[in-house]
Amino acid sequence: MSAGNGYKVIGTRPVRHDGVDKVTGRAVYGGDTRLSGLLYGQVLRSPHAHARIKSIDISKAQALPGVKAVLTGADLPKTGDTIVDLGEGPARLKYMSDNVLATDKTLYSGHPVAAVCASNVHIAEEALDLIEVEYEVLEAVLNLREAMKEGAPQLHPDMTTQEFGEDTGRTSNLATHFQHKLGDPDTAFASADVVIEREFNTATVHQGYIEPHNATAMWNADGQITIWTSTQGSFAARAQTGAVLDIPVSKIKVVPQEIGGGFGGKIPIYLEPIAAMLSKASGQPVKLIMTRPAVFESTGPTPGSHIKIKMGANKDGKIVAAEAYIAFESGAYPGGLVGAAAMCVFSCYDIANGLIDCYDVVLNKPRSFAYRAPGSTQACFATEHVVELLAAELGIDPLEFRLKNSATTGTRRIDGVVYPKMGCKEVLEAIRDSEHYKSAAPSGPNQGRGISLGYWFNVGLQSACTASVNNDGTVSLSEGSTDIGGSRTSIAMQFAETLSLDVDDVRAQVVDTDSIGHTDVTGGSRVTYATGWAAYKSALDVQAQMCERAAQLWEVEVDQVAFEEGVFSSGDKSYTFKELSGHLDETGGPVIGRATVNPDSGVGGSFAANIADVEVDPDTGKVQVLRFTVIQDAGKAIHPSYVEGQMQGGSAQGIGWALNEEYYYNKDGQLDNSSYLDYRIPTSLDLPMIETIIVEVPNPGHPFGVRGVGEANIAPPPAAMAGAIADAIGVRLQELPMKPSNVLAATQASEGQAALAAGG
Amino acid sequence: MSKIHVQTTINEEATEFLCEPRESLLEVLRETLGFTGTKEGCNDGNCGACSVTLDGVLIDSCLMLAVEAEGKSISTVEGLANPEGLHPIQQAFLEHAALQCGICTPGFLVASKALLDHNPEPSEHEIRHWLAGNLCRCTGYDKIVRAVLEAAQTVRASA
Amino acid sequence: MPVAWIPSLMQKLTEGQQQIPVEGSTVRQVVEALESLYPGFKDRIVEDDRIRTEIAVAVDGEVVTSGLRARVGAESEVHFLPALAGG
Ligand code: FES
Ligand code: FES
Repeated sequence: MSAGNGYKVIGTRPVRHDGVDKVTGRAVYGGDTRLSGLLYGQVLRSPHAHARIKSIDISKAQALPGVKAVLTGADLPKTGDTIVDLGEGPARLKYMSDNVLATDKTLYSGHPVAAVCASNVHIAEEALDLIEVEYEVLEAVLNLREAMKEGAPQLHPDMTTQEFGEDTGRTSNLATHFQHKLGDPDTAFASADVVIEREFNTATVHQGYIEPHNATAMWNADGQITIWTSTQGSFAARAQTGAVLDIPVSKIKVVPQEIGGGFGGKIPIYLEPIAAMLSKASGQPVKLIMTRPAVFESTGPTPGSHIKIKMGANKDGKIVAAEAYIAFESGAYPGGLVGAAAMCVFSCYDIANGLIDCYDVVLNKPRSFAYRAPGSTQACFATEHVVELLAAELGIDPLEFRLKNSATTGTRRIDGVVYPKMGCKEVLEAIRDSEHYKSAAPSGPNQGRGISLGYWFNVGLQSACTASVNNDGTVSLSEGSTDIGGSRTSIAMQFAETLSLDVDDVRAQVVDTDSIGHTDVTGGSRVTYATGWAAYKSALDVQAQMCERAAQLWEVEVDQVAFEEGVFSSGDKSYTFKELSGHLDETGGPVIGRATVNPDSGVGGSFAANIADVEVDPDTGKVQVLRFTVIQDAGKAIHPSYVEGQMQGGSAQGIGWALNEEYYYNKDGQLDNSSYLDYRIPTSLDLPMIETIIVEVPNPGHPFGVRGVGEANIAPPPAAMAGAIADAIGVRLQELPMKPSNVLAATQASEGQAALAAGG
Repeated sequence: MSKIHVQTTINEEATEFLCEPRESLLEVLRETLGFTGTKEGCNDGNCGACSVTLDGVLIDSCLMLAVEAEGKSISTVEGLANPEGLHPIQQAFLEHAALQCGICTPGFLVASKALLDHNPEPSEHEIRHWLAGNLCRCTGYDKIVRAVLEAAQTVRASA
Repeated sequence: MPVAWIPSLMQKLTEGQQQIPVEGSTVRQVVEALESLYPGFKDRIVEDDRIRTEIAVAVDGEVVTSGLRARVGAESEVHFLPALAGG
């Protein structure tokens, strides 16, 4: 089936199938798990950013009435030096295990050191106070550039910098260094008419999902473990838990409960092995829910960064060379997010010569994890700044300049990858043609407009789907991708479209790890794309089996049965899908379609753009968003409302990242803003309506042309806001967040300069 | 710790429970009484996921002790729909795709109902102002605000 | 002949060459061919007969899922990239 028009189901906006459960409070999220004999767990966390654990005395906690078990890192199996890739990028197993419960050292304030379970959560909390940990406090490093210096406090004494498969042997906080190079950047820069170079810093931010991490586990007497949790990937949670506990995955069943947001932060495990071990020790099911401060202090922030961008262009407006230096915080343990930044930093433009030099740096903050288009937002903020400056220097309209240099089908990125069919130009053209862009820019005092362009690729990975045909012609679909934003429905829609069924006749459910084939994480903008593909393939499997049933009934050969528009026919005989479903019992019993995919072709990418109008309060530096438009290439929007929802949600997060959000550590390395009061995410009052324009440049690699839309939308907002602020006050900020104090300082500095110039 | 006997009304049903003085209303609703529709996002009054009404007043149930519920009337998300069907606010949230992960949704529904109970014709700004105590990280609020605007209309039309 | 693109940090091994045409119809054969030209190459990419976990191989722009067994076409480009974490 080719992507195009003429769809019956795709592109419509049905009410999501899990909707009623979610508006009535009946949907069961991880924290809602209730079991008989349930115990409640709590985790003790290090107050020190960097310390050696000298001893832990749990005897008083154990003696507290109501306490059922106490756990420390010493209780976890010793892990060897294995490298594992368990759904969140390659990692050393020891690091993964130590992040669950520290053994020798704590590497950030909030690092778990012990856990307790008791008959209620208050007793568990009291017990934590009775655990005596003796620390030797070590010097901590929380600043990225400080951490990179020689002589900086070393987090992992045995860690040496890895350079693309080569161990440099240099002990350092630089975990990895790599480079992409294309063409001859030095010569190209020398030939450029204009070269601009700038430096940027962005703060550590958090994914900010409203639902805290949680896990409930039951370790049965027969050694079988069941874990109920809110996770982006039940199979990844199973694999990680199995690895940390050193037990085979066959012993673990992960039941994915409804999940209250993840954005990349619920791919890693934190509480699952602890819940399992506490259950083993107590013989009862144990539930843990992280406190909100713990969520901020110890889970997935996304990296703060230090970036330098240099770009050169010709007088005729062509970018000829680009260079990026990107250093990312990976937190307490090495991570992999800078690699994605490298793929995104110049991905919007066609540039023949370039160098991208990247560093992944450990420091005393929680281990960084993915956050929606991980790495792309920081990179986009930096690149778009320089793009705007180049356009201004050359006297070319910034949108025109982007169009002139836009990446397109066949563009070779600096990391070497050649683009298949891509919607970059189309997204830029959609800016140009939008009502917002054509309307007069706000012209009041301290008002301005900015535009920006960002990118994120999709990943394929594995998905499985089974489809059971009921004898009334409805279909029960089982899949393994946890549904964070309505994906059950978009998957059911692709199935329904394939067989011309009514979408309400296809009910999708997310099932546990014992009930479906391996399915990778909900992340990488892959669910609607890859699990949708599995649904499409399982529909074709159903179709083939149903044709055989019709052939039996009509006593013809199967190749004499046709299927079109939901009707099976052969000669003058015909059955609708529903009618034929009524004859399954007499033709061999149930029909179950199944499919698995692991696409390694056609995984496209998606471009997103913004137009932002702002007003800056000259007295406080506070930025108010007056109007905001997000444009994104969806390939083909399966359920446009949920595509818009992704675009609006990513925009809101991007605006928060731009204007407010940052981790604020005190001099002792403790997080000072670990509540929603102090880590301020946008509220309804901070935002205007977010206008959406869906561009559809079908992905030739997907049966319906789908491109994942979950992520690219968070990349451009900070850059657009920076542009709008620059237009409003004449200063282009090089640091995130552009919080009131920074904006005010920038205004005053530029006024000071203007006064000097006027006076001079 | 000895427990205290509390008599209260939840979603128009007379209800009794025993609780420790230190337990919050949220904790008792969720863990003791099984009203898990009311969610916990922060446990410190900053996210609104635990919104319920107490004698018609919108509160964060994580900030109130359960013992204070004595003699009061509490409404939770579970009380919004009736056997005839969903409340217009619930219906509008579904039709406007005003939820993604849905963890914030019960709080928004309860808060929106409280808004419409006292201001049946709120402006966009009044809605944004009223709902500013309810955090949503998924939607960017656009569809939520539109859903409340429409629900207000439906409620007025049927009044 | 397929062309292998060598990451800049590995070009010390390949005497500064970035694009190297080599025979091979699978990633394994491409890597072996590079190893015979530039001894030590394989060790940077392969460990225990698998592509190192920190490295990803892309054939014609798409990261392959079948590792060393992945098919390589006569006109293909083979890239070696850092492996990524998802979002
Ligand atoms: S849980 Fe009560 S306000 Fe967040
Ligand atoms: S829908 Fe996820 S927090 Fe609102």
